[in-house]
Amino acid sequence: MKFLCVDCDRQMTFEERQLPGDGTLAVAFKCPGCGRVIALLTNPFETQLVSSLGVVIGGRTVPEQPLEMVRGMVATGKEDAFVEGRERGAASGPVWSREAQERLARVPNFVRGMVKKIYADYARERSIAEVTTAVMDAARAELGLEGM
Amino acid sequence: MHIRTYHELTEPDRSGLAAQIGAQRRRVAARLARVERLIAVMSGKGGVGKSYVTAHAARALARAGRRVGVLDADLNGPTAARLLGARDGPLAVREDAIEPAVGADGVRVVSMDQLLADGRPLAFRGPEAESFVWRGAAEAAALREFVADVAWGALDVLLVDLPPGLARFQELAELLPAPPAVLTVTIPTPESGDAVRRALRAALERGATPLGIVENMTGGAFAGTAADDLATEFGIPVLGRIPWHPAPDTWDRLGERL
Repeated sequence: MKFLCVDCDRQMTFEERQLPGDGTLAVAFKCPGCGRVIALLTNPFETQLVSSLGVVIGGRTVPEQPLEMVRGMVATGKEDAFVEGRERGAASGPVWSREAQERLARVPNFVRGMVKKIYADYARERSIAEVTTAVMDAARAELGLEGM
Repeated sequence: MHIRTYHELTEPDRSGLAAQIGAQRRRVAARLARVERLIAVMSGKGGVGKSYVTAHAARALARAGRRVGVLDADLNGPTAARLLGARDGPLAVREDAIEPAVGADGVRVVSMDQLLADGRPLAFRGPEAESFVWRGAAEAAALREFVADVAWGALDVLLVDLPPGLARFQELAELLPAPPAVLTVTIPTPESGDAVRRALRAALERGATPLGIVENMTGGAFAGTAADDLATEFGIPVLGRIPWHPAPDTWDRLGERL
């Protein structure tokens, strides 16, 4: 999927991705020539199809996690399906605010370990010392973590 | 108005969706680089005992000293983990992979059965209406992750237990760097033979290498010569005939021929 500014004959570039929370996706693209910005809006089926392919519009900013699609999308997984083999990066990981811990606790255990790792990586790569709910919101929008 | 085509737009693209797909394929290839042989166990017919044959063939190979894995690609009716006694217990998550469970005779196994809540069907988060739009893609992605995101390690043989039909085989063949070898399972009846014929032909048209046929449930209520008919038609061997009550060495003989 690419977008062309016909007036400028220039390929538009990714600007920003937003997840309104209703299953839809909004992605802004900008013409590097004239500065015109357009938004690609997908319906829930289209959003789901992109997620099902295991790709991220706007590109990946954190590494793909093992069984990422399965853990992120399977709705009928059992609570104790996975155990974290070892505390990955625990020594250098950020601290979690109480509110962030409470929000994380509401994530199904099936996917919680992966979600925690993604947020921790996000914070670490941006030198964020504490994961707060605001950081989680920012990461969710930036990384396209629909439903996490 | 002249509008340049998709392939004429070559400026850097931050999304890089094609590159992301390429990276997925390289991840599959890297994981399989230490797998000596990948064998897809298939049949066009349901209920012929693919998973049963897969599990016992895997155990026979393992008893013969091979390093064996079983990937249960039947995402909606997974049984391989139970057949291999590896259904319970969490799977360990490592830095970049999931550790497979270790079942009977040391066979490594990953199955959706290990991940689903008891008695619950495989269901994905997402819009339920019109789910046919994306469900196939989600299942194909799950299969890809079972190949690429499991720490299979060095294996002599990875058996992929496919569900009935052709779809999952085609998804598997799309994923792999080269078409797989296929072990075809049938029961003796002509109806099974017809279904298996279509599946086997489709697999061969995708470049698969046919290893041979296993005829399951012989000597009982199912009459027919499906395995011999298919063997003659395709010029491949009948590698084993599995009676209702196999002798202890039945599976070992099949393992020797794989």
